[in-house]
Amino acid sequence: MDTLVSKYANSASSASFDDADNLGQNMAGWDAASQFALPAFDIPMVANPVDFLRAHTDASAENRIRIQHGTTTLAFKFQGGIIVAVDSRASGGSYIGTVSLSISFTTSQTVKKVIEINPYLLGTMAGGAADCQYWERELGRRCRLYELRNKERISVAAASKILSNMVYDYKGMGLSMGTMITGWDKSGPQLFYVDSDGTRMRGERFSVGSGSTFAYGVLDTGYDFNLSIPDALELGRRAIYHATHRDAYSGGSVNVFHVKETGWVFHGNFDVNDLHWEYQAQPKGPIV
Amino acid sequence: MSIMEYNGGAVVAMVGKNCVAIACDKRLGVQAMTISTEFPKTFQATPKTYIGLPGLATDVQTLSEKFRFKVNMYKLKEEREIEPRTLAHLVSSTLYERRFGPWFVEPVIAGLDKENRPFICSTDLIGCINFAKDFVVSGTTSNQLYGMCESLWEPDLEPEDLFETISQSLMNAVDRDCLSGWGAQVTVITPDQVITRTLKSRQD
Repeated sequence: MDTLVSKYANSASSASFDDADNLGQNMAGWDAASQFALPAFDIPMVANPVDFLRAHTDASAENRIRIQHGTTTLAFKFQGGIIVAVDSRASGGSYIGTVSLSISFTTSQTVKKVIEINPYLLGTMAGGAADCQYWERELGRRCRLYELRNKERISVAAASKILSNMVYDYKGMGLSMGTMITGWDKSGPQLFYVDSDGTRMRGERFSVGSGSTFAYGVLDTGYDFNLSIPDALELGRRAIYHATHRDAYSGGSVNVFHVKETGWVFHGNFDVNDLHWEYQAQPKGPIV
Repeated sequence: MSIMEYNGGAVVAMVGKNCVAIACDKRLGVQAMTISTEFPKTFQATPKTYIGLPGLATDVQTLSEKFRFKVNMYKLKEEREIEPRTLAHLVSSTLYERRFGPWFVEPVIAGLDKENRPFICSTDLIGCINFAKDFVVSGTTSNQLYGMCESLWEPDLEPEDLFETISQSLMNAVDRDCLSGWGAQVTVITPDQVITRTLKSRQD
């Protein structure tokens, strides 16, 4: 008991950084190897862990245990920074017993698919929800350590590369994520696509998920680099709405973010059903 | 993916006090992609009998025409309208004819017989009839519909209350199914009138 108390008492007293000597003592406990090592996971005790996992997570598996499926997410650069817009539906698919009946049910209509890594970095979520949340949280931790050690914020290029390098180490193990990392750093607004295959691409415009083709259709039609901020927000919102209408696995509501020099700003949550009747009432403009 | 879930769709029927109701969603999809939102799946067989056909859309169209033909032939031969119970057996034997290469539909029949007694039933895709006294469900939303109907349905509902019950059951069920929804159609059959209403529902 005494050792337990002294342990906490010690750490509380040494928490003051005014004393330069104390600072040096604290650094003695720092273990860079453990802080930057990949997280350790328990591996099933079977001959081939990769095959074992695949047998339980593949679409063809009889007892599938996975919640993911559909999503529509998009992000694009423009004159005023970056717009990020996403839907909010989580759908589950499972196979029941030997009948092999697949069902596609809506698990939730209020999922947060934009992960706020820090006030200057946003990540979007497509694919496995747990994979995206876990690895982007881990990315957030590493970005924080970076800025504590280097006394400046990490670049988006470096942050996205940390993520892609981390997931690449688990390639073939069944991770599933398609994400966009956006933010504003020294060299301006930045947009990267990173997925669990290890792909990492810089780009002007991305859409990820089962509804991405529908979103691209609207995005490419309405896109212009010189779009005003309100028009750009509206384009992102509209592209997601159209995807939720056509894609069965996307829906719920749209979350819109604007990334600017001072960090990201949340621009609201819009129920796509309200948007549908609102857009339906509007006169149709010329296509070209 | 099973062929029964290729196009998506939901049908439900309920018994009320001297009335029945049948409702369907209006989506036509090709797996995840929504092709049309004007594809109702219930069809009038006689003035007081409706048949709902959720399942593979190509078979829905073929069978709706096939049943129209058979019901008309029955009327010409018998010089009277077919009873809902008789229609159920006609549907059943039509489906069992294709026992080893079935039509991919699971029909629902709802109507009032010649004494204006309510009748509902459903069948599986090879014609096994399920006679129910309360409600029947069918289509990709059947799990969710069972949940809604079990909690909302009660005996002896008047036509207006039956309409509300079946509408709420269907709309809340399809919101939990990715492959159904995008509008709904509800028909309430009473001894002296048939009312069909189109519901405004979520479009995602």
